[in-house]
Amino acid sequence: MHLLGLYHYWVFAVLLMIGFYAVIAKPNLIKKLIGLSLFQSAVFLLYITMGKVEGGTAPILQAGAENPLYSNPLPQVLILTAIVVGISTMALGLGIVVRIKEEYGSIEEHDIQEIDRQ
Amino acid sequence: MIEWSHHLPALQVVVPMLSAPLVMLLRSRGLAWAAATTASLFSFAIAIALSLGVLDGETFNYRMGDWPAPYGIELGVDAFSALLLLLVTGASTLALLAARHSLDAEIEAERQPLFYTAWLLALAGLAGIPVSADAFNIFVFMEIAALASYVLISGGPDRRALPAVFKYLIMGTIGATFYLIGIGLIYLMTGTLNLADMELRIHAVADLKPILVAAGFITIGLALKAAVFPLHVWLPSAYTYAPNVVTVFLAACSTKVAIYLLLRFDFFVFQPNLVGHDVQFTYFLMPLAVLAILIGSGVALFERNLKRMLAYSSVAQVGYILLGASFVSLAGVTASVLHMFNHALAKGALFLAVTCLATRCSGLRLDSIAGAARHMPWTMGAFVVAGLSLIGIPGTAGFVSKWTLISAALAEGATGGALVAVIVLGSLMALIYIWRVVEAAYFKAPEKGVAPLREAPPMLLAVTWAAALANLYFGLVPSLPISLSSAAAEILLRHVP
Repeated sequence: MHLLGLYHYWVFAVLLMIGFYAVIAKPNLIKKLIGLSLFQSAVFLLYITMGKVEGGTAPILQAGAENPLYSNPLPQVLILTAIVVGISTMALGLGIVVRIKEEYGSIEEHDIQEIDRQ
Repeated sequence: MIEWSHHLPALQVVVPMLSAPLVMLLRSRGLAWAAATTASLFSFAIAIALSLGVLDGETFNYRMGDWPAPYGIELGVDAFSALLLLLVTGASTLALLAARHSLDAEIEAERQPLFYTAWLLALAGLAGIPVSADAFNIFVFMEIAALASYVLISGGPDRRALPAVFKYLIMGTIGATFYLIGIGLIYLMTGTLNLADMELRIHAVADLKPILVAAGFITIGLALKAAVFPLHVWLPSAYTYAPNVVTVFLAACSTKVAIYLLLRFDFFVFQPNLVGHDVQFTYFLMPLAVLAILIGSGVALFERNLKRMLAYSSVAQVGYILLGASFVSLAGVTASVLHMFNHALAKGALFLAVTCLATRCSGLRLDSIAGAARHMPWTMGAFVVAGLSLIGIPGTAGFVSKWTLISAALAEGATGGALVAVIVLGSLMALIYIWRVVEAAYFKAPEKGVAPLREAPPMLLAVTWAAALANLYFGLVPSLPISLSSAAAEILLRHVP
């Protein structure tokens, strides 16, 4: 039961590994980027779940609420930044894939290696 | 009256970061170049002012928005970060001064302002990592620097840069994400992101699993960024196909900044608190460092493309830097930090000389530079001086750091002797691959039907010689890098039991 109680860590670990597998194993550059995106999203989940306090509310001052229990807002703020970084990486990665397609006519890793070898 | 010197750590990042959008607005490439170079010179001046302050015993701590640490973000400059700032801003300034002529051949005029914008962003990110004292802030700077350098590398005319940069993007992002997982786990256990605060709070939870896992993730993630063998596979192609001046800039400082962070994190946060961590650190890094030296130099021996040869040599040099750090001793860490500085000087000067060759020769293979010294004696002269420094001939900067590294290794007892043999073997291999270039340029007849070459443009040549002479100067008068790196080693080992 102890292991099930930590289910959000399992989600994090499984998602991380699925993404990582796709990055390593898939020869298609777009699929690699999708894997990379999954990989990063898993880390976002790790941060967001750690900030949740059981029974805690949003950290906003409310009139009349005596000693309310707040969730930790900092991990969410951090991950907002990390999401922006992730989007920029994805945009740049896709941009490079478009350029690769223009230059090589393919987005399969082994095709590109084959063309470079000639 | 504002006290300017107090704001220097913040200005170090703010100047290049705010100049970047301004440069983008300038439509003329000459103006854009002038503005970017001025911004880079200005940050170099700030780095010099900070280093002089640090040498005088001043400490720089800056609270962003006047929020006290650990709640606010803190910036701090000590001897270690000052040395790195000198490297980053110095390399950027020299490369930009040399860039005009070389870039005109590689990048269309209308795209040049955008290129300089990316350059300044890379500079801001690389300079931000040493000044920041906040683990998450460092992640953001790391990604700014990385994204901007992907753009810089893929900016050249060679299409092979694109798959190379894609590989770099994938591996760099995995490295940065590993680092993010690591600091996430530490934050989970300690509730802080400030490095100094983390060091104090981690003690109570140091023997718990998440901290160990975090140490693993952070070490591997940063090792990826630092191109530690066998995680270096992104480096050779990225350096080879990037525009030449970009290679000068990135080869001199981007892996060094990652090593800086690896050392700072490990010696500040993990070494003082994790039981047995120093032994693991040594046993993990020392074999990798030895393999990097042997295999990196070995591959460089057989490379026929000049830039790829020097890139593999960089893999080997990262090995020397880590070897010193893996001793976890004052002498070893001093040698390691000193070699960061001296290798950046030597490799920067070498790649500048290669840039000179590239402006005149048809290619950068050993055959295409055959006989080049006859028509470009100054370029090849600078190459030889920087090459001697890379090998570690007495009188050059490279000798000073190899010598301190060897004396640190000798203090290690039995394994030390074997390590000295590895260092000497690595240097001999460096002698051979530098000699192959010298042989081609001085003693081979040029290919038939090739128009005679001319000496490189004067501005480029002047910058190349300035870098080459710096190798001689810091070889004969090494007091500045030695005092900074021994102060850095003392800071790093201050809390290590």
